[in-house]
Amino acid sequence: MQITRGMRLTEAKTYVAGKLGVSVLDLSDPTVMLDVRKELGLGGILESGEITDIDDPMGIEAKFNIAAVLDVPVNCVERFRAKAGRRRPAQI
Amino acid sequence: MEAKIRTRMGDGALVEMTPAQIRADLEAGTLTAAKRSKSAELTSAELDHHSEIFCSNSRFTGVDIGDEVVLSYDGCGSQDLGTRINDLQYYEQYLCADSLELYHHDYSYKPAKAVMAFEQDVMRQAQFVTTAPLGYGAMPDLGLYTVPDGPVPNWSQLLPLGRIAESRAAQEEAVELAADDIVYVADEMVEAGIEFIDLDTAGAAGDADFLAALKAIERIRARHPDLGIQIGMAGEFVLGMHGELEYDGVRLAGLWPLDQMKLAAKAGVTIYGPAINTNTGKSIAWNVARTLTIAKPCCEAATVPVHLNGGMGVGGVPMHVLPAGDATCRASRAAVDILRLDGL
Repeated sequence: MQITRGMRLTEAKTYVAGKLGVSVLDLSDPTVMLDVRKELGLGGILESGEITDIDDPMGIEAKFNIAAVLDVPVNCVERFRAKAGRRRPAQI
Repeated sequence: MEAKIRTRMGDGALVEMTPAQIRADLEAGTLTAAKRSKSAELTSAELDHHSEIFCSNSRFTGVDIGDEVVLSYDGCGSQDLGTRINDLQYYEQYLCADSLELYHHDYSYKPAKAVMAFEQDVMRQAQFVTTAPLGYGAMPDLGLYTVPDGPVPNWSQLLPLGRIAESRAAQEEAVELAADDIVYVADEMVEAGIEFIDLDTAGAAGDADFLAALKAIERIRARHPDLGIQIGMAGEFVLGMHGELEYDGVRLAGLWPLDQMKLAAKAGVTIYGPAINTNTGKSIAWNVARTLTIAKPCCEAATVPVHLNGGMGVGGVPMHVLPAGDATCRASRAAVDILRLDGL
């Protein structure tokens, strides 16, 4: 929210906390945020079998969810969507 | 007898000082900075808090829980371990970076321009496997546009000869060339999927260098309304190598962080990063007090997020190729606590 929206820190924390349904203090708590990120598919620390499994979005997959949850345009998501969506299965 | 505190000098050397000596350095640092930059000294309460941070022998310190700030970076990784994409992954996964920056090893916009196709492809692939906001950065580096590296007469050779008019003309020409290159790179990298572009060490070659950055930012903002634009300065005030250049009617030579920030915000940045230089002959307590005094007016008036540049030789961090963590964490914590920064 800072880099693309120019939000000051307090405003950015409040915005993100609101969108995630947590308190601002929860954003600082990795114990809480691990569950929040998994539930919302926002990506995070990768450790196969311990923290993450094959159903957990990572990389660009997570960025799709971040864009949706935070309601913010993410450039690489839009470009991926445009490039990947050029052909529907019936047209291949 | 007062206890001795292990602390560091601005060159990174480990020394011992008493709490009274540290306090004296804090007061001297803020006084020096206030006189130099014509800003207010740190308050007594701020110096007291500063003292608490520095008068400790613990290896590490950090902000209070809940006071964490965003950590942004210039070029991520050393390009010595694995690929550049691995570097970005390490920064995200192992160092918990809040933003990532892909960069060309010749970290300036002029050389990066020549290899854009390769940079674009690495960026696209990096976006597949990273989650943190990922951007591209380089330096305006106006000197690269001068002979023998570029087409413009070299003003650093003209100035000592007293050829002022020619020196100014050369800088003005270089400004336009640099701005064009920065905008070109930004356009290409937006195509590749960046979340932000970073103009690092803006003002390194003086006021013309800063002007090139501002002009580029203005054009990039007009072309890409949603793009993040980060600027990191090269020094605490803008050197007047030209002396008469203006942006939005404001002369650039001699600007301190407060006015640098105002112009950068006007041009269209989303993050502004002041850089206050470290004095290697003074203690880090002195340097941090000086840094915060100079940066404080900027932070109080900021209309965009401020990420104080904290690294080798800036932000109170020792001027050493591997700044010790005990010094860096103290400088960082003091900056966050007292300036209420948006990030580092």
